[in-house]
Amino acid sequence: MPKFQGTDFYQIDDLLSDEERLIRQTVREFVDDEVVPVIRDNYRDGTFPTQLIAKIGKLGLLGSNLQGYGCAGLNNVAYGLINQELERGDSGLRSFASVQGSLVMYPIHQFGSEEQKQKWLPKLASGEAVGCFALTEPDSGSNPGIMRTRAEKTKNGWLLNGSKMWITNGSLADVAVIWAKTEDGIRGFLVEKGTEGFTSKAVHGKLSLRASDTAELFFGNCLIPEENLLPETIGLKNALMCLTQARFGIAWGVIGAAMACYEEALEYAKGRIQFAGKPIAAHQLVQEKFVYMLSEITKAQLLALQLGRLKDKGTKQIHVQISLAKRNNVYHALEIARLARQVLGANGISDDYQAMRHMCNLETVITYEGTHDIHTLIVGEYITGHSAFV
Amino acid sequence: MKIIVCMKQVPVKDSLLKITDDGSWVHETDLNYEINESDHYALEEALRLKEAHSGEVVLLSMGPERVREAIKQGLAKGADRAIHIDNSSFTTQDPFVNARVLAAAIKREEFDLVLSGLQTDDYGSAQTGVILAENLGVPSATIVMEIQKQNGGIKVKRELESGWFQWVELPLPSLLTIQSGINQIRYATIKGIMMAKKKEIKALGLSELGLSESDVEEGQTGLVFSKIYVPEKTKKTEIFEGDPREVAQKLADKLKNEAKVI
Repeated sequence: MPKFQGTDFYQIDDLLSDEERLIRQTVREFVDDEVVPVIRDNYRDGTFPTQLIAKIGKLGLLGSNLQGYGCAGLNNVAYGLINQELERGDSGLRSFASVQGSLVMYPIHQFGSEEQKQKWLPKLASGEAVGCFALTEPDSGSNPGIMRTRAEKTKNGWLLNGSKMWITNGSLADVAVIWAKTEDGIRGFLVEKGTEGFTSKAVHGKLSLRASDTAELFFGNCLIPEENLLPETIGLKNALMCLTQARFGIAWGVIGAAMACYEEALEYAKGRIQFAGKPIAAHQLVQEKFVYMLSEITKAQLLALQLGRLKDKGTKQIHVQISLAKRNNVYHALEIARLARQVLGANGISDDYQAMRHMCNLETVITYEGTHDIHTLIVGEYITGHSAFV
Repeated sequence: MKIIVCMKQVPVKDSLLKITDDGSWVHETDLNYEINESDHYALEEALRLKEAHSGEVVLLSMGPERVREAIKQGLAKGADRAIHIDNSSFTTQDPFVNARVLAAAIKREEFDLVLSGLQTDDYGSAQTGVILAENLGVPSATIVMEIQKQNGGIKVKRELESGWFQWVELPLPSLLTIQSGINQIRYATIKGIMMAKKKEIKALGLSELGLSESDVEEGQTGLVFSKIYVPEKTKKTEIFEGDPREVAQKLADKLKNEAKVI
C-alpha cells in the first residue's frame, strides 16, 4: 500500500490552519508506524494494544481539547482530526481515546472538584492512568433514565450497588466514572480500581471492536468516599453532556475509517483485472460505488469541519448539530465500508485487507453513543418540537 | 553547540507524479509535500546533539511559501528558530546556485555544525551539501551514520560501499551530510506544535543575503534538465526447453548471473 495521504477532493485542507494540518500529520504518522502494523493481530486476538497508551499520552492526544492540567487546549477541529486519524487505524483505538478524553477527563474537568482535577487529569492526559465511563446497564441502553444502579448516602460517603454493561476500557481502568441514581437524581462518582466490592469481567465473543477492551462492571456494597462524588453533577443531563463530546469525536473519527476503506478498495480495483483485460475499476458498477464513497466522504468532511467551527464558537443547539453529524457520518461510513468490502471480492473477507474490520467496527459505532435511531429522534424532536421517544 | 540544519520540502513519497507537457519536471499543483527524508534524519540528529550537549538548532529552508509548513513541523519537533529563503524569483535545479544562496544565509550566523541530508528525494543530485561546505570554507563528510562529539571536534562514521564503514575526525565548524535511517525520527507532539507558533521564522530575500540576481545567474553551471520520464517497462519471457536437468542448469545460471538473485 502506498503511504496514506488522506482523501481531499474538495481541497478542504485549505480550510485548515497550519497547526491543524501538523497535528493531523503527527497522528497520521503515528498510526502508520505504530498502529497499522499491529492492529490486525490485536483484532484477531481480541486484545487492545496497551503498549500504545503511553505513546498516545506522550504525543498529547488524550483530552487534547481541554484546558490546563497537562491538557493541550486544542480547538475542536484539531481534536476532531486526531479522532479521524486514530479511527483510520481502528475504531477501537479511537474509542479508547474518546472514552479517556470525552467521557472521563471531560466530566472530571467539567464537574469535578479541584482535588479531583489535580489528582486525575495529568495522569489521564499522559496515559499513566486509564479511565472508563459507565452509564449503560444490561437492561438500560437507549434510556439511561431507567438505570438500576443506586448510590445511597451513608455516614462515611456513598454505598454503591448495581452493574454496568458494554464499558469500553472497563478492565483496564484505574478510575471509573459511574453514573448512579441517588435520592437527588442521577449523579456521577469516581470509583477507583481496587475499591472493595468493585469487579469487572471482560465481554467475550464480540464480532466487532475486537481490538478494544469491553467489560461488564459490578458494584456490591462499594463504599465510595464523599470526595469521590463529582460535586457538580446534578442529573442525567450531565452524563448526556459527556456523550455530546464523545459523539462529536465519533462524527470525525468515522471519516478516517471511511477513507481507509475507500483508498484500499480503489487501489485494489485499479489493479484487479477480470473481464477483457481491464481492471475492475473500469466497469460502471464499480465506478458507481466509488462515486458514492467519495461523495459521502467529502460531504462528511465538510459537515464535520463546520461542526467543529460551530462547537468552538458555541451554539445553543450544538448537541442537535452533533447528533445530526454523528448519525449521518456513521451511517455513510458503514455503507462505504460495506461497499469497499464488496469491491475487494472474496479477498475482502480476509483480514489481509482492512475493510471488513472497519465494517464490523462501524456496526458498534452506529449503535453506541446514541443509536442511529435515537439520533433520528433527537433531530426529529428539534425540527418539529414533538418528542417521539415514547 | 550551534547547529544549522538545511532542510528541503519535497513531494511525498509514492505521490502520483504527472510529468509536464514539455517533459522538464512534474506538475506540482496536486502534490502533497513532506520534509525530505534524509534532511529529516539530519534534523533528528541535530536535536539529539543539542539534548546531549546543549546549544541551539536553527532550521534553514529554501523554497516557496509552502515550505513554511515543513519549517513549522521542524520547529514543533524542537528546533529553536528558522530561516526561510523564498526562492520564487530564482527557482533553479542547479545545486551550485542553491548552495551559494544557502551559504550566504549561513555566513550570517555563527555555527559549529551544518547538517543536511545526504540528498534530496526529488532531484537526488547529492551535491548541494558538499558544494555548500566549499562555499563556507569548512571541512565536510558525507553519508554520515553516527556523530560523536570530541574535545575540539567530532568523530563521524561514514558509510562506504559493500558494508564497509569509515571513522573520520573533523574539527569544528564543519558540515555533514546525513544518511537516512541513522536514528528514530521523533513525532511532533501536540505541545511542540503549539509551542512552535511562538518561534521565530526569519524570511530572507536575495537582497538581505547581500546577493543580486546576477550573482544567481552567474552561479549557473549550465545544468539543464532535458527530460524527465517514468522508467520504461520491458518484459521478456524466455521459455527453456529440453531435458529437465539441462533446463534446471540454465535456470540456475540465469538466476545467478542475470537476475543476480542467488
